Amino acid sequence: MAEVTLEVKELTTKYITRYNEDIYAVDHVSLKVEEGKTLGIAGESGCGKSTLALSLMGYYFAPLHYTSGEIIINGQNITGMDPDHVRKSILGTEIAYIPQSAMNALNPTRKIINFIEDVYQAHDFYVTKKDIYDRARSLFETLGLPAEVLQKYPVELSGGMKQRTVIAVSVLLLPKVLIADEPSSALDVTSQKMVIKMLRQLMENDLISSLIFITHELPLLYNVTDDIMVMYAGQIVEKASAKEAVFDPLHPYSKGLMGSIIVPEQGLRDVKLAAIPGVPPNLKNPPPGCRFAERCSYCRPECRVMSVGLRKVGHEREFRCLYSEEELRKAYLKEANQYAR
Amino acid sequence: MPAEKKICLSAVGLTKIFGFGSSKTLAVDHVDMDLYEGEVVSIVGESGSGKTTLAKMLLGLLNPTEGDIYFQGVKRDISSHKKKQEYWKNIQAIFQDPFSSYNIFHKIDAVLLDCIRMRGGGKLPKEKKVELMTEACSFVNLKFAELTNKYPFELSGGQMQRLMIARIFLLKPKILFADEPTSMIDACSRATILDFLMQLRNEIGMTVIFITHDIGLAYYVSDNVFIMEHGKFVERGSADEVILHPKAAYTQRLISDVPKIYEEWDLSTV
Amino acid sequence: MKNTLQRVFHSGKFVIGFCIFTFIVLLAIVYPLFVRAAPLGIIGQGTFFPPGIYVNVYDSIGTTPYTLKLDDAAAKRIASKLSEDDRTAMQEWLVAAGIPEGEIDVTDTKKLLTQWENNYDPKKNIPGMTFAKTRYYQRLNTSLEGILSTEGAIIAAKNPGTGTLEQRDAAQQTDYVNVREVPNVRLLLLGTDNFGRDVTTELVSAIGTSLLIGLVAGLIATTIGLVLGLAAGYIGGRVDDVIMFFTNLFTVIPTFVLLILISFSIGQEKRGPLVIAVVIGLTSWVWTARAVRAQVTSLRNRDHVSLSKLSGHPVALIIFADILPYIASYVMMALILQISTAILAEAALSILGLGPKTTTTATLGLMMQWALIYMAPSLGKWWAYFPVIVVIALISFSLNLMNTGLDQVYNPALRE
Repeated sequence: MAEVTLEVKELTTKYITRYNEDIYAVDHVSLKVEEGKTLGIAGESGCGKSTLALSLMGYYFAPLHYTSGEIIINGQNITGMDPDHVRKSILGTEIAYIPQSAMNALNPTRKIINFIEDVYQAHDFYVTKKDIYDRARSLFETLGLPAEVLQKYPVELSGGMKQRTVIAVSVLLLPKVLIADEPSSALDVTSQKMVIKMLRQLMENDLISSLIFITHELPLLYNVTDDIMVMYAGQIVEKASAKEAVFDPLHPYSKGLMGSIIVPEQGLRDVKLAAIPGVPPNLKNPPPGCRFAERCSYCRPECRVMSVGLRKVGHEREFRCLYSEEELRKAYLKEANQYAR
Repeated sequence: MPAEKKICLSAVGLTKIFGFGSSKTLAVDHVDMDLYEGEVVSIVGESGSGKTTLAKMLLGLLNPTEGDIYFQGVKRDISSHKKKQEYWKNIQAIFQDPFSSYNIFHKIDAVLLDCIRMRGGGKLPKEKKVELMTEACSFVNLKFAELTNKYPFELSGGQMQRLMIARIFLLKPKILFADEPTSMIDACSRATILDFLMQLRNEIGMTVIFITHDIGLAYYVSDNVFIMEHGKFVERGSADEVILHPKAAYTQRLISDVPKIYEEWDLSTV
Repeated sequence: MKNTLQRVFHSGKFVIGFCIFTFIVLLAIVYPLFVRAAPLGIIGQGTFFPPGIYVNVYDSIGTTPYTLKLDDAAAKRIASKLSEDDRTAMQEWLVAAGIPEGEIDVTDTKKLLTQWENNYDPKKNIPGMTFAKTRYYQRLNTSLEGILSTEGAIIAAKNPGTGTLEQRDAAQQTDYVNVREVPNVRLLLLGTDNFGRDVTTELVSAIGTSLLIGLVAGLIATTIGLVLGLAAGYIGGRVDDVIMFFTNLFTVIPTFVLLILISFSIGQEKRGPLVIAVVIGLTSWVWTARAVRAQVTSLRNRDHVSLSKLSGHPVALIIFADILPYIASYVMMALILQISTAILAEAALSILGLGPKTTTTATLGLMMQWALIYMAPSLGKWWAYFPVIVVIALISFSLNLMNTGLDQVYNPALRE
């Protein structure tokens, strides 16, 4: 049984608006990541995946507030820990987080090596400057980044290079878990490929034990992660291995999402892209039953009122629906046959 | 198969240079292209390739430094405001960001009423105008009665983009430029937008030119594809030709850099 | 619109600034309705009357007195004539005159006065005493006459027929008059200035004039800046180059020097407050023009502008409907700042003597100038300049506060 590096139990976090309304952006989310595995979190804008990433740090800035649940990193329960202690001993050393457009974190007036020195200092690591330089250089070489980058200013580097630098720096203190939130969205396709390659290298070289990759681009997830989790309106709606999630999705939303993937590959032109009408529900007043009921083409009356839990399929697979697995597959088959006619 | 396809828009030696002296930038470099009636074409390029500049020149929003544009065989002349108005009865565009396409101080009805006016219906009675607007909205699965008198910020991104398509429905131009029409839309709603555009094309025989960086989108939706790099076309041809059997090195690199799901995505080439 | 107003008035800074400014404006409007005196009317014969309540002595003689027996009345009377310094001075003189120090007790007034009376000799030459000091002792001596007496004063008037003085009335030391029964009482809250003009009324009128100058100059500057900025930003090309050339010209020339030169060349005669306002307006539009041009240049590439063009809208309509509303809030803030700067510019000009004509109107700057010329600061006559400074500061402060508040409303990134 592989070691569990990150375990989350029923985590709920909320945003408090200026009118004092509570918006539960992450609603009772549970997940588990094992050593040596990558987890992908997919979903569209507003589903809560970025909030989930932030919440996993245990470090909350208003208007984001923790409500309930547990976060256990490498066996340590960090819920309710003193924020200062979290900042010094957990962030960066046990778990690291790369936000979207992380390259903007680089101070334009300081060299990269100074940035790295700051990181060490912020964690109260008293290492000599030469030591820091050596460690950084060896890490950069392992990851295929030229060592000259260390002496450069951010403005002298391209977007892709900056992003890769920040990713490299985030694993300097050898955290067990790395959370990457849309690490390649703001880049052109070539830089994107380089970032993905680097993330793979991080895993291969054992610099991190587990990776959580968050994006709305499904082809990326398929190529990087072992398991995929689909989020909708603050809840997990499906969790499966990457292959199952992309080619054999069970939840109607996942099915729609996977059906809307566009890749420049043979056969794409013959397939009709899936579309899901409507918009996600307003999380200020989430609907009582299934949150996807409004937009679901298989919706039955009870879907709108009964609360829906996660169903297990086999050992690792889960999905959130009132239908059972067989009922869903039957419904999908029926629809496919209708189309064929 | 239609007999003789006519050329509706063509460009010869189209060039745009920005700035002067030492800070000159060559955005579009002597581009030649022919567009046939009723075809769906994509111009694919990364940011900085000049595709938006090219589109703006063809649209008449930017003056070319050199080169000529021929509309329906005749050299284009948009020197006066009146001539521009005539030209824009036949050529329209929808843009990337649905939010910034609207004037936030005006109700959304203004956009549709403008189109009715452009088509000469400015003097029509109010009921007739409402009827036209309702028809246009229902084409894109929107209910005009629900949207009337609303401000843009009250609508979702998908609704706003569909309303832009309703606008095109009212205008019925011969040529439509679609500049990244789905890049800011959720994945689930993309197909809807694309479907409406294709439906329009089928109904009124409109030529559609997609400007995009997404080669997958280009492959899915177009008949012909132009690959643009540094202001020049490096490859052109039918979608199958260009994307499944790319000849130019740039095209090959572009395609290999996009993540695949059916084939193995080779990460070693970077 | 309503939503914007709501948000604007939610901003604490804006509300505070707005209240202060409205208070000042209302003061300038409402005060003259109640106090009808001419602002520049000279009422004091003499310079720099201190602030206070001025009671007509002649009328108080004629008013029926009330008798009040207050314990500390005598002591207060003596203390006003004989201060601590005076007592110490008397002691010094007595010691110098030969009286042993031990016998002199400055706190025992009666004894001190007796000693003084017995020993003071105006002609006595004390070595080391300056002439001024001698005069001082002489004055002190005169003022001490009758200080301890409890007799009242006799009020006599000249008999028109015989020409002799006849007693008309007597004033006892215990006679008090109720100020409200005296017909002529004047509250001079801020005293008078060097010419003898009521500072309070003058100040209120000055506020009105300065605000007017600020408003006119601000409107002119903002309008010029807006028009030039729109033209340069939207049309671009040659028009932009020409306008930018002029703007750069005006930037390089220090506007204040320009103001001085123009003001000087117009000549004293023609310099009314409105003329000054126009001159200030014509020289301070530069910043607004630049700022508007920058905004418009970024706006003209927006999609909704492109769409308007594609819909065949003429240029004027696009500028009016698609650009102007987007910069309206910015222009509003620019206007507020321009008003504030204009008021300060007028004050600066007037201090130098290049402001509006001095004989017909008062402005805040002019009041400062008068105070400076007639040396109020060195004479310690704080009421002639300090309130003016406070008012200028408050006006500037409240306008800037409103501006910051508005900035927070329109730019969410600045909100706390």
